[in-house]
Amino acid sequence: MFKPSNHLLKKEIRENNLRGALSLMTFFLFLPALIIMFWLFIKGFPVLSIDFLIQDPIRGMTAGGIFPTIVGTFWLVIISVIVSCPLGVLAALYLSEYAKDGKRTRIIRLAILNLAGVPSIVHALFGLGAFVLFLHMGTSILAASFTLAVMNLPVIITSTLESLKAVPHSFREASWNVGASKLQTIRHIVLPNSFPGILTGLVFAVGRSAGETAAILFTGVAFYLPFLPQSVFDQCMSLSMHLFTISTQVVGVPEAYPYATALVLILLILSINSISVLMRSYFRTRRKW
Amino acid sequence: MVIKKKIEVKNLCIGYNNKQIIENLNLDIFQNEVLAIIGPANSGKTSLLRSLNRMTDFNAEVKVTGQILLDGENIYDDEDSTFLRRRVGMVSPLPVGLPMTIKENVTYAPRMAGCKDEKELDHIMEDCLKKAALWDEVKDRLNGLATKLSGGQQQRLTIARALSHHPEVLCLDEFSIAIDPVTTMKIEAVLHELKKDMTIVMVTNVINQAKRLGDRTAMMLHGNILDIDTNERIFGGHTQDKRTKDYIEGLFG
Amino acid sequence: METKVAEASPLTMEWRKKKSTKPVSEKILEGLIKAGGYSSIILISAILFFICKEAFPFLLNAFDFKNFFFSTNWNPASVNNVSYGILALIVGTLCVTFISMLIAVPLGLATAFYISEFCSPRLRETYKILIEFLAAIPSVVWGFVAIMMINPLIIKTFNVPIGLNILNASIILALMSLPLIVSVGEDALRAVPDTYREAAEAMGATRWEVATRVLLPAAKNGLLAAALLGVGRALGETMAVLMATGHSIQIPKSVFDPARTLTATIAAELGESPKGGEHYQSLFAIGLVLFIISLIVNVTADHLIRGRKK
Repeated sequence: MFKPSNHLLKKEIRENNLRGALSLMTFFLFLPALIIMFWLFIKGFPVLSIDFLIQDPIRGMTAGGIFPTIVGTFWLVIISVIVSCPLGVLAALYLSEYAKDGKRTRIIRLAILNLAGVPSIVHALFGLGAFVLFLHMGTSILAASFTLAVMNLPVIITSTLESLKAVPHSFREASWNVGASKLQTIRHIVLPNSFPGILTGLVFAVGRSAGETAAILFTGVAFYLPFLPQSVFDQCMSLSMHLFTISTQVVGVPEAYPYATALVLILLILSINSISVLMRSYFRTRRKW
Repeated sequence: MVIKKKIEVKNLCIGYNNKQIIENLNLDIFQNEVLAIIGPANSGKTSLLRSLNRMTDFNAEVKVTGQILLDGENIYDDEDSTFLRRRVGMVSPLPVGLPMTIKENVTYAPRMAGCKDEKELDHIMEDCLKKAALWDEVKDRLNGLATKLSGGQQQRLTIARALSHHPEVLCLDEFSIAIDPVTTMKIEAVLHELKKDMTIVMVTNVINQAKRLGDRTAMMLHGNILDIDTNERIFGGHTQDKRTKDYIEGLFG
Repeated sequence: METKVAEASPLTMEWRKKKSTKPVSEKILEGLIKAGGYSSIILISAILFFICKEAFPFLLNAFDFKNFFFSTNWNPASVNNVSYGILALIVGTLCVTFISMLIAVPLGLATAFYISEFCSPRLRETYKILIEFLAAIPSVVWGFVAIMMINPLIIKTFNVPIGLNILNASIILALMSLPLIVSVGEDALRAVPDTYREAAEAMGATRWEVATRVLLPAAKNGLLAAALLGVGRALGETMAVLMATGHSIQIPKSVFDPARTLTATIAAELGESPKGGEHYQSLFAIGLVLFIISLIVNVTADHLIRGRKK
């Protein structure tokens, strides 16, 4: 019978050690996140109640709830997605269905990459210069949402592009072959079959923008507002900004308040992300090809 | 009977990324004939076929020059090519069932062309599925997903779909590559029937298929037609070029 | 043109005879798609334009190249001793970025190796989802963690007076850029064809040997790009750094010194500076510097990834 030599055995031991070390390392990567979640939960849970969610902050944000911040975040996210979704899908359609490989496409791809890489505070400066001042939107929900939309655009383009590319090319050819135009092919073949992926990417983008702070800092979010926004031209509060404010700017906030706020924010984002993950696995089982 | 030229290919050149695939090709295709195109790999058979209904338009790297006349009119003169594709149908080598129901698959072309009459659509569907020898197998599950069909069934569905817009010319690109011999024979029988109604151009790697189905056979090599003649002459050993004979006898390719 | 209908059908076949003309609505939609395609180019140019527009008066009047980049004296709000030197901010940015990358790059690439080469497909999917979750934690929450958790931890462990310092920000930044490094690195490793692995394993190489001698050279550029994108992420991070570094504009002498980064300066001061004033414009000039840095980092990373594909 074949008996491994000493040399080979040593190799195997080293291999196992390596495997162990790497898996430990990976585990440690997720450990901080677990600890943070646990700790936010322990500290924030006592204040977390329905009242906390539906009451206004009172006494200079040292008591009460966080209702207006949730409303504000909701508005910002919804409007930004309404703006960036069509634009992102159109851009992805162009890249996947119309653009020919060449210099122009390469520049577009580079632009998308850079748009995704621009620091969020630079987006905030852009939003201030372009939307608040140049387009006279003022510091408003609209200006902040537009800024968020610009930030989201590359995320949506990339995820949409991926879903469009997942539709086999042979489907397109078969459709063109029987005399369907390019646009008909997009409408009847490409979009219906990539729709789940596009939707999943969209939900993911929603989660991302719900936590964004820097980009909306100077474009439409107020530290504190005694009233709910009446229109998109009003300012609003946001959950992420509120967490920043009560944990750094306001004195005399009871310790549990920022914890509870952080907990709400993170639970909100994690549940949005979970929806996106669940959608992905659900649609995967229902694929038509 | 006067033989009418259905398609005339004049000085056709096809380049792919600055590489010439087809150079200065001339070819006449007659009405209601079956023209088989044979030849070794990379001889430009598929490119020639795809240029007949301008599927080459969708590949930016492909440049087509020259003329292809369909009933005397250059098909490359028209800006829009969707109407052309309704006249010149194409069946690809690998079966493609679009991810929709069988019924939607077969009625796809008429629907895209603007036909909304349900009765007419039903009629077209039944007619085409019968012609493609698929009706009996699928008539009970017309609302089932086409992608769930077997490969051979999907290939016949592809043919049914190609027939649904009543093409005058039907191009087949190695249609039997992914299906079993029994299905192949079924489809070949179908093609025999269809010949009465349309002109058929088929690319094949199976020499015997060309022999069985073709009225004429063209031999392609290095982007041009080496030999074209009636089947009796080509397979009867009366080839103009010795290489055609060698290819048929399996000496190269 | 008269077209012969091949099949004599009892039905009208009207649709078959109609020569299609592209409807106007189709033309409009295709125009929209094309316009959408260029949206990212337009937006990135617009970002550059509007930041330059706001920074322009400053660049024209108060800007002094030498003082701007080589002076540590950032004192824009002072009445009689105004100075716009961003050297300390640049050094602060570089310090936190560098130290965070010291932690994140080895850890991230090792994790990428593990997930790509040693995990079962099922476990890989799970890890990928976890990484997505990790990436989704917003920066303001990380900043909060820096203040409430890492701050006291550093004070206790190292016995220093303040825990909001370079070390703190670096730890947070490392945790924040890890997901990006892991996922891009994993993509780079996955892009190495399986035939490479099989060929090496067929010759009796262990996984470790495959990893170091085959995969590392083959995926080198992609892994470098992963690290570089991590750098880009760390350079541009704002809220977490603003909350974690402690505010002190100085050239730091140790990791326990507080510092200030370029991004944090904009976030902290823009609200207080009068609109249209010189201070306000100078912050846009910093934004311009950040924009250019991120452009360089991203273009280089893209170049590395593209080079691999060729």
